[in-house]
This record gives sequence, C-alpha cells and structure tokens, in this order.
Amino acid sequence: MSTAELIGQDPGWLIAVKGVLVFAVCVLLTLMAVWGERRIVARMQMRLGPNRVGPFGLIQALADGVKLALKEDLVPAAADKIVFIIAPIISATACFMSFAVIPMSGEVSLFGHRTAMQLTDLPVGVLYVLAIASVGVYGIVLAGWSSGSTYPLLGGLRSSAQVISYEVAMGLSLVAVFIYAGSMSTSEIVAAQHKWWFGVVLFPSFVIYAISMVGETNRAPFDLAEAEGELVGGFHTEYSSLKFALFFLAEYVNIVAVSALATTLFLGGYHALPGLTFTEQWLGGWFTLVWFFAKVIFFFFIFVWLRGTLPRMRYDQFMKFGWKVLIPASLFWIMIVATMRVLSLQGASRLTVISFASAIVLIVLLIGAGFDSAKKKAALAPLPDEAAPFPVPMIPSLSTTSEIEGTVQRG
Amino acid sequence: MYLALELTKTSGPEAVLFWILAPLTVLAALSMLLVKKAVHSAILLAAVMISLAIFYIAQDAPFLGIVQIVVYTGAVMMLFLFILMLVGVDSSDSLTETIPGLRPIAITAALGFGGLLVSLLGRATLDHDFAGLTAANIDGNVPALAQLLFSRYVWAFEVVSALLITAALGAMVLAHNHRVVARPTQRDRAVRRFRTGSLATAAGLPGPGVYALHNAVDVPALLPDGSIAQASISATLEARGDVIDSAPFQLEKLEEEPK
Repeated sequence: MSTAELIGQDPGWLIAVKGVLVFAVCVLLTLMAVWGERRIVARMQMRLGPNRVGPFGLIQALADGVKLALKEDLVPAAADKIVFIIAPIISATACFMSFAVIPMSGEVSLFGHRTAMQLTDLPVGVLYVLAIASVGVYGIVLAGWSSGSTYPLLGGLRSSAQVISYEVAMGLSLVAVFIYAGSMSTSEIVAAQHKWWFGVVLFPSFVIYAISMVGETNRAPFDLAEAEGELVGGFHTEYSSLKFALFFLAEYVNIVAVSALATTLFLGGYHALPGLTFTEQWLGGWFTLVWFFAKVIFFFFIFVWLRGTLPRMRYDQFMKFGWKVLIPASLFWIMIVATMRVLSLQGASRLTVISFASAIVLIVLLIGAGFDSAKKKAALAPLPDEAAPFPVPMIPSLSTTSEIEGTVQRG
Repeated sequence: MYLALELTKTSGPEAVLFWILAPLTVLAALSMLLVKKAVHSAILLAAVMISLAIFYIAQDAPFLGIVQIVVYTGAVMMLFLFILMLVGVDSSDSLTETIPGLRPIAITAALGFGGLLVSLLGRATLDHDFAGLTAANIDGNVPALAQLLFSRYVWAFEVVSALLITAALGAMVLAHNHRVVARPTQRDRAVRRFRTGSLATAAGLPGPGVYALHNAVDVPALLPDGSIAQASISATLEARGDVIDSAPFQLEKLEEEPK
C-alpha cells in the first residue's frame, strides 16, 4: 500500500493529533536549534556559549523567548500599522505549513492505527513547499515596506530579489529529482530512493539545491537581507517584542523545513544508511524517525558551520553567482539527466550510456580549461603604473607575485 | 443533465470551505479596487490569488492550485516592486476628477458590461457533456495535464512560450544600457585611494559624532583644533538641512573630570 493510501485512511482525530505533533516538533526543534547554533558557533570561536540556564544551558532559548515576549512592543509612527502587524504573522504561518507534506517516518502504528508520520500527501508535494516558500517572502518584503524606514526597505527589497533569483535555481535543481522519481509527491520520492539516494545519483542537483537553500533562508553567507554591517538589522530593524520573536521563529523553522526537504529529496528521507536497513524495523518502524531527524540535524549543522566559517558575500557577487552560474549549470545538468533517463528507459546498451557520459565530462573539462586560460590572460594584464605623488609602499602587481611564486616553487 | 447537476453539487467540507473563503475573497477583491494605496491593492490582489488557488485545490486540481500560487505570488511581487520603483514608496491615489462627469459614465459602462458578460456566460451551453474530474484524473492529475500539454496543445504551448521569451528579451534590450567607463573594482579603488590626492583619508573617512556625548549621523565630528570635519557628514543630510551643530556636545573643561 502506498503512503498516500495509508494516510488517506486516517480518521479526523488522528489528523488533528498529527497536526499538533508537527507543530510541536517544529517549535521544539527551533528551541534546540537556537541553543545548538550558539553552542556550536561558540565552540568554533573557542568560547563556551550559553551554559547557565538549565543543564548545559539547554533552556537558554526558552528564557530568551520569555524575555522577548516581555519587552515593550513598539510600532514606529511612520509605519503602516496593519501591514506592520500582518507581516510577521505571514512569515510565521507560512514556515510551519511546508512541514505538512514532509514524510518523517515509514509505516508505524499510532494509537492502534497503521499510519505514517506525514500530515498529508499531495501529488505535487514538493511544488507545494516551493509555493509556501514564495508566500513566506511576503512577510519579509511587507515588513520592510511597512516599517516606513530606509534600512528595512532596502533589506526587504534585497530579500525579494534574492528569493526570486534563488527560487529559480532551486526549482531547476528539483527537476532532475522529479525526472528520476517519476513523481512530485514527497512520499513517492522517498520510496524511489530505497536503493540509491538521489544525493549520490544526482550529485550536481544536490549541490545546487544545497547552495540555493542557504540563499532561500537568508542565512550566512547569503544573509544580505539582514546584513548587520550595512543595514542594521535589515527588514526587522523596527520590530521588537513578540513580533520580532515571530520572525526569529520563522527563520529557524524555515531552516529546519529546507533541511527536511533536502533530506527527503536527496538523502533518502526516513530510510536508514545503506547497509543498516534492518534498523528500519526496530521499535515497530518508529526508528525511521531517528534516521530522519539525524539527517535533518546534519543539515542544520552544515548551516551553522557555514555561518561560523564564511564571510558574507557582496550583493552583486551573490546575484551574479545565482544568475550566471547556478541557473545555467542547472539547465545544462537537466538536459544531461533527461537524456540519460531516456537512454536507460529505452534500454540503450551500457556502452552508449558510458560513451555519452564520458563525452559530457570531456566537454565540461574543455570548457573549464578554456575559462581558466582566459582568466589567466586577464589577470596578467599589466596595471597602469602612474608615478605615485606620495611615497607609498609598493603595491605588488600580479606579474611580480607570480614571479615570486615561481622562484619559491623552483627553490 | 442530471449527471451534471450531481457532479456540480457542493457538500460537506468543501461547502464549509466555500462559505468561509468565498466572502473573504469577494471582500478582498472589492477592497483591492477601493483602497487608496497601491501597495495595499497589491497585497489584496495576492490574497485573492491565494484564495483562488485554495478553491482549485479543493476541487481536485492540486497542480493548477499550486502553480497558481507559485506564478501569481511571484507576479504580484513584481508588481509590488514596480509600484515601489515607479510610483514611490508611500504613494496613494488622488480622488479628484480631472474630467467632469466621467464617474457616472464609467459606473454605467462597468455595470452594463458586467451584466452582459454574466447573462451571456450564464446561458452558455457546451455541445457535449463533461466527463468530470474523476474521469480526467484517472492517471493522476499531473500526468493527465502533462499528456494534454505535450500532445494536443503542444503547438499553443510552444507559441506562448516563444511569445514570453520574446517579451523578456525585448524588455532586456529596452532596459539595457552600456556603461561608458568600466566599473571600478575594489582593487582599483584601493589603488586610487593611495595614489591620488591626500593621504589623509587613506584609512577611511572620519565617522560622525562628538566622542562620548553624541554619535548620531547628523552631528559632524570635530578635528583636534575644534573645527568641524566636513567629510564626516553625508552630503545628502547636509542638502536636506538635517545637520545639527556639534558645539553643544563638546567637552568644555577636561581638567574638572573626577579622578
């Protein structure tokens, strides 16, 4: 029986219970994520991080939440009041909704019913997540506009440009998955990965998705919508108290949601690691839940690791990267995937497939080599050497640096 | 005829959904026309689009519903940006009539055209019975749509996409302008900072404010001799006349500080 049929038999009260569970999981993960992020970043910066409230500082995030709720709620005089209040509500509502289609476990028994830990199964589940994400951006853009102040407006505009650009790359990276799974439903995509994870088979798609999901969630190194050094706080500069807390919540739930989608699409969802498939039967199937959350937490760790390691990108570099690198690369890759898929479905010989693949690899290498030599030529162009009006330290031109490097290598 | 009646009857959860969402949609659509601010109109348009999408999903057309959200929220977002760029951040419609007597004519024309459309569409009949969504979706909603799009309607589909690509290219050509000089890179700027003019600003411009007493951007910094550092203030603020005198924030007697 497919997951869609299994979930379709749920009685109304079970759907309600699952809805509450999904909500609780999101909130709990957010609390743990805030704590985890601060501890991990602290460790990367040779600090301890929050360790006072509760064991290991575990309930620090809860204490922060209470503090935020008790703060004064300011609405700037220049703000558009209604939109100012609606914006954080849109953000916080949209982020929870995408979790409805994420399959968190295989077939389990809940209160005596055979079901799966997935709220609903749409035939277009993955597109649904994209649609919800594009509604979520409204929260950020409207917050920026309604604040009636310059920095939030700039932050909101940046974020809308960012999300529109990176959603294209993200959508294109998903196409390869749809082609291989033959479906857009999350549960069927997970089922199609019982043997090989799409993260392995479709590795370029996985890389493109991973990059664009960081862009989608406004996280470092792509957190240009709230770049502290340039825009104070970006779109949420004017927000305080619970309204700010809603944006904060939305950011972390969004991270967990894109991580969960990445797990579902590329890392086999709730399936166990290859070779450990016998663990999927443990605890009456509930052990699959552990696998799912282990993968989600892995992705979350990557998010934190990026934040702790990389400096923020400049805005024009970021846009150039999205439009000139990610999108053409995805289009090229989709063509290859579609051809390979047709070849294998029509029962082409292994020789044909291998020669096609090696021809593609050869072409890519040639193009790469061409780019490299063009770059070298451009870099070696001599700098205009005007006479300096002041005695300044010599600015080493690239030709001298490469000479120095050459001598070092020879020596 | 009776089959059609059976199929089009709404009941149960769908009816509840309809009676909650439909009035909200109509309200949003009406206020979209009536609100004064262009941005509010855009938001209400997005609300109407999303509620239409929910109706589609409730009527067994999930693909159409989801695509409606993806496409139209993106489109409304573009509209929103156009408003900000072309009309202004905080603009509202002016309600003064420039040509007298236009309002009654417009209202009559709108009512007449609407009445005509409703009465025509209400009496229209198809020359064949409809099969119903259950029959259309027998292989699944998405494969059924794909089957039609890529076989029967492939020509129309390709023509529309060619039209859209042409429009996009046209917009790019119209909006394109060549830079007269190359954009200076970070490297160029660094070189220029050291090699031209005075070295006084090589380490960056002075920040605004008088140390420890006032550091807002509208107060010029003071040089060691007490004169004002002009470079510490944004030219925009100066042109707007928003700059405050920094004299009241000076420390008068340093020796009186408690030890």
